[in-house]
Amino acid sequence: MRSIINYLKDIFWGVMSLLKGLKVTASYFWRPGAIVTEKYPENRKYLVMFERCKGELIMPHNDKNEHNCISCGICQMSCPNGSIEVIPKTIDTEDGKKKRILDKHIYRLGQCTFCGLCVKNCPTHALAFSTKFEHAVFNKALLIKVLNKPGSQLKKGVEQ
Amino acid sequence: MPFDIYDFTSFTKWIDTSLENAMSPFWTTVTEMAIAGVLFILFYAVVGLFLVYAERKVCAFVQNRLGPNRLGPYGIFQTIADLIKLLFKELIPIKNADRFLFNLAPYIVIIVNFMVLGAIPYAKGLHAIDFNIGIFYIIAVSSMSVIGVLLAGWSSNNKYSLIGAMRSGAQIVSYELSVGLSLITMVIFAGSMQLSVIVEAQRTGWFIFKGHIPAFIAFVIYIIAGTAETNRGPFDLAEAESELTAGYHTEYSGIKFAFFYLAEFINMFIVASIAATIFLGGWMPFHIGTWEGFNRIMDFVPPFIWYLGKTFFVIWVIMLFKWTFPRLRIDQLLTLEWKYLLPINLVNVLIMAFIVLMGWHF
Repeated sequence: MRSIINYLKDIFWGVMSLLKGLKVTASYFWRPGAIVTEKYPENRKYLVMFERCKGELIMPHNDKNEHNCISCGICQMSCPNGSIEVIPKTIDTEDGKKKRILDKHIYRLGQCTFCGLCVKNCPTHALAFSTKFEHAVFNKALLIKVLNKPGSQLKKGVEQ
Repeated sequence: MPFDIYDFTSFTKWIDTSLENAMSPFWTTVTEMAIAGVLFILFYAVVGLFLVYAERKVCAFVQNRLGPNRLGPYGIFQTIADLIKLLFKELIPIKNADRFLFNLAPYIVIIVNFMVLGAIPYAKGLHAIDFNIGIFYIIAVSSMSVIGVLLAGWSSNNKYSLIGAMRSGAQIVSYELSVGLSLITMVIFAGSMQLSVIVEAQRTGWFIFKGHIPAFIAFVIYIIAGTAETNRGPFDLAEAESELTAGYHTEYSGIKFAFFYLAEFINMFIVASIAATIFLGGWMPFHIGTWEGFNRIMDFVPPFIWYLGKTFFVIWVIMLFKWTFPRLRIDQLLTLEWKYLLPINLVNVLIMAFIVLMGWHF
């Protein structure tokens, strides 16, 4: 007798839980939720990408044209595809010492898989991802970018 | 020309007599069969394309998306573009496949579909063959589609296809029982297997209302078992993408794949239209007892529209099943059938027989 009651209970609660699920999905037909589909080419004027979007690698510069890169080359070593190349140069400082600074930070967008290891491993937070994601160009050479701006310098106080 | 959207009997009779005046009886039969065949092929294609579109839209609504929205208003031409793409695609020959059976399998599935479609009453007088054993015929013929599925799996020379086909076989064989028994419940209630008689008996009220609780239980069981029989989610083990890539039609490409794909949707349409015919009154308008004015208004809607409306309502419910519930495991699937649906069904048949015996229905 007990097993029969349990059997019927099973059926009842099974049906109830199925109906609960159906109620949720069916309710979207008369009370649609917020539509998540982006109508992309039409809405590109006011499209705001989410903050974490890995669009392309950039090197943020402040308004005095200074960046954070100390040219250590960790990003180049951690890149699995070899899409980053750090070209340093050596200069003489005022107190007569030799110092290694960044000459060119070359980023090959065409090879990048946007894994983010470079950004994660950068000891001075010199690299970041921008949310710009429209990369199509007609010339492959345009995909090779120099990330540091011409005439830019290392920000004071990063090295200590 | 006598043409009435409420009663096609005079219209079909008029075609028959005018053809008979023009040619010999043999050629009359041939021409009529050709007309019916062309109509059914058109109906098949249109319904198939529409259902693919409807499924994508229903899925989108459930998941808060927009669905197809590029080709034409609301993307209504999307499936036509898909069909054209499939027509142009290459048919890839499979190494070591059994060529004859491989090519035969999609046609068996499609032929079964047509055989069932012919026996369904679409409106008054719009009924290709009205067998006196209509329901029995439908049960018998629709279970033949498993042969096509098994052939497809067996001849593909692919382990995934074979596993998919075997699962499909186990599933259809077990759920066929539930479909049959739930229909038998209604046959007991209606006292006839002829579909036109069953529809006519629902003039005063649909069977789902007239038959009390047993009819409702039979309806629910029929919908569940019918969903399983058409290999649709949550019972789509036969083509579980995550396990078997595509199940029995893994190796099919181009238009042969489209045949299987269309056949799946038409199977769903068939299940829905049988449910609509037997439980929801087929093409009969919705009538409430003695409300004369209300019944009059309902009579103005053409029967074909009633039939399609009910069918698409059932299709909507079946689609909702697919996009709401997660897929069952094979043991859960068989447990559901043999431990739950079948015993409930047997008790249900008994209760229905008792109700009919005592005359407790309306």
